[in-house]
Amino acid sequence: MTAFTFSVLYLALLFFAAGCVVRAVMYAKQPLHLRWEIYPVPHEEPSRVKHGGSYFEELNWWKGSHKSYMAGELKVMVPEMLFLKALFEFNRPMWLRSFPFHFGLYLMIGTCGLLVAAALLGIWAPALMAGGLGVALHALYMAAGIAGTAMALIGALLLLVARLTDDKLKTYTVAGDIFNLVFFIAAFGVLAAGYLTRGEGAPGPAAIVAGLLKFQTNMEMPPLMAAGLVLCGLLAAYIPCTHMSHFVGKYFTYHSVRWNDAVNMPGSSIEKKLMEYLTYKPTWSSPHVTADGKRSWAEVATTNPWQGEKK
Amino acid sequence: MSDRAKLNDMSRPDRRPLTHLKNEELMPLPVPLDSPEKDHAWSILSEKVVSSVECGLDDTCALNIPQPKTKEEEEALVKKFLSGLDKLFQKENNWTFLQPLILTMEHCAKCQTCSEACHIYEASGNNELYRPTFRSEIVRRLYFKHVKHGGLLSAFEHGDVKVNWPLVARLAELAYRCNLCRRCAQTCPIGCDNGLVAHELRKLFSQEMGISSKECHDNGSVLQLKVGSSTGMSSLVVKDNIEFIDEDMTEKTGVKVETPWDVEGADVLLIHNAGEIMAWPENPGAFAVILNAAGIKWTLSSELAGYDSINYGLWYDDAQFARVAIKHAEAAKKLKVKKIVLGECGHAHKALSVIADRVLTGELNIPRESSMTLLRDIVMNGRIKLDPSRNDFPVTLHDPCNMVRLMGVVEPQREVVRKICPKFREMEPHGVDNYCCGGGSGFAIMSGNNFQDWRFHVSGRKKMEQVLNAFADCLDPSINKYICAPCSNCKGQFRDMLAYYEMWEKHHILYGGLVELIVNAMVDVKPGFIEWDWH
Repeated sequence: MTAFTFSVLYLALLFFAAGCVVRAVMYAKQPLHLRWEIYPVPHEEPSRVKHGGSYFEELNWWKGSHKSYMAGELKVMVPEMLFLKALFEFNRPMWLRSFPFHFGLYLMIGTCGLLVAAALLGIWAPALMAGGLGVALHALYMAAGIAGTAMALIGALLLLVARLTDDKLKTYTVAGDIFNLVFFIAAFGVLAAGYLTRGEGAPGPAAIVAGLLKFQTNMEMPPLMAAGLVLCGLLAAYIPCTHMSHFVGKYFTYHSVRWNDAVNMPGSSIEKKLMEYLTYKPTWSSPHVTADGKRSWAEVATTNPWQGEKK
Repeated sequence: MSDRAKLNDMSRPDRRPLTHLKNEELMPLPVPLDSPEKDHAWSILSEKVVSSVECGLDDTCALNIPQPKTKEEEEALVKKFLSGLDKLFQKENNWTFLQPLILTMEHCAKCQTCSEACHIYEASGNNELYRPTFRSEIVRRLYFKHVKHGGLLSAFEHGDVKVNWPLVARLAELAYRCNLCRRCAQTCPIGCDNGLVAHELRKLFSQEMGISSKECHDNGSVLQLKVGSSTGMSSLVVKDNIEFIDEDMTEKTGVKVETPWDVEGADVLLIHNAGEIMAWPENPGAFAVILNAAGIKWTLSSELAGYDSINYGLWYDDAQFARVAIKHAEAAKKLKVKKIVLGECGHAHKALSVIADRVLTGELNIPRESSMTLLRDIVMNGRIKLDPSRNDFPVTLHDPCNMVRLMGVVEPQREVVRKICPKFREMEPHGVDNYCCGGGSGFAIMSGNNFQDWRFHVSGRKKMEQVLNAFADCLDPSINKYICAPCSNCKGQFRDMLAYYEMWEKHHILYGGLVELIVNAMVDVKPGFIEWDWH
């Protein structure tokens, strides 16, 4: 049973990582698109970010050197990632449900990190763990774990209720959305139940993680906790297959689309890419496009089918 | 809400509209349009239209798609639509927008945050059909089913929708119920873009099926590539018109006005939206007055499309877009000018400065600049003498989406207005958070059937509210008021909408560009450049 649980967890983590990488590579490999930014672009000069301005506000803007301000991006990205700032600002009722869910997940991920750190320290520096550091780490992961699980569970429940009862969400909610939320509730619920109902002497989170790292399959794990862990593993493996992997997509929607104001300067790498794309041969079939699969985009774009025609 | 559309209604086989809009259900407007009874009744589509073209979406019809005569014809059209859908997701056919489109398809969480940001959805009284995600959700389901060939599991995960001709026809119309202002995309926590979905749908219909709005295509980009301008003006006609404008401006301002043509090596090639020359001649006239007074070495071009910055392809067709952008750059290249400056036209700003940035390569990559920036430089650096007291009337500023939210040119025009208009007041919200005028993405020039009713009652409603709020303290007709809209399409929408609601007659609200305000304040020019009696 324990060997099975640990195997599922390892495979699931592997699948999760691989799935996220595959998704990221798929997006990154898409051709550079035409510019489609939306202002404000936070890496602009701070004086312009205030009103959402761009370098186009400068006279002879192409003569200036345009610095990209990472600090500006961080000022937007960090509150967005941690606190879902856009949702808070533009859709408060949804934020009240979504924030606990997401922040709960962050805390749970943080808990896993702390547990791994505690387990590794326990293996490599047991003396350290026997002291104050061990006590502090224990207190920290217990607090984060309990708060995280509770928040994620409450958030998922609130989201489920909203999906089932709110008219404006119902129309767009499909079976998969319900399944996803139920999956979260089931996985976290069973895990929490497993923890709360574990018997005297049963391994706690730290022991399980240490066992996982050492692949200690002779550990006696309470069945409910094992079931919770398996469910959480399967959930992690499932996420990259769904739209819930939006943490990957969001990197690209922000950095490659919304904030991508990179200028195509003569001789630049952008221009080189464009030269390649202009050799692509489109097959759009409306006659006015004049694409037959043999003519390139460059030929299509420089063809004027109406040249010389009278009005 | 009288009838709440469902996603599956789009495939309903009958041709009855999915929704009817009633004045009493629309977003309420402030005084003096605060009662639905004071609003106009909607024109009804004629029997002929209803029986011959596809108008099964709502109370209007933008595209006039002929009704197929046979089942076979319908099936062939559906097949073509699905082939076009496939092409939207192929890099050879759609490298231009593939990445953002895939991201939007894959990651929408359907949280509906975008809905609150959409002026059309809000103005319609939260009509489900106009919710930004309604259109996108249909496309998303089609994408997973027909492009990614998802089976039952995919239908479980993403939902399903039946594709048939009624759905395709309704989707084509629905692509033209969005101003492409992308205010929704600005608020999406994930970064999905429902405006892009409408844009890509329009492209699919145009590039694969030959379906587009007549105003944007036949009378727009095609005419521009045929004779040089979507106004239909050839280079000879435009030169004649400008000559007439020069004479008129000379008389009006007391300053000799001469517009230079085809000056090789000029510092600035100014490209106007040629609609200005026809509809608002005082705008190109005012530009000439300012540039001459500031000592700028500038020119207009008489090359094909070189005198008309319009690029309607931006809204519906990549091939048409690229062709016109290249014509603009070629005109500049031929004259060996140092830069292109775009006149007061929002979509031309974005088309040539932003979007075409990744179309123009090599020698065609000539610097492009906003006229707002140049005008700010002239005004703020004292290159012309100005007397703000000549503009001593309430002025508000409209932010064209393409120039502001989608290009980041926000402050230059404000600095000018603040300096020369002592009674300037902002609309709320403004800047990059602005609302579209309701004429964006081609609507300002679309008036077939009863489409105007829709754009006044629905797409322009939020802007009307903003205007009335901005002038709430001075609605009295004894006070002249000015909406500064530095964009031709926005002005077209204001012209039509203000006339529809008799805003000049009843409240003396006028609209115009930025350069008119500048010339109106110029000390060296006869007073009274802005003609209040003309509206």
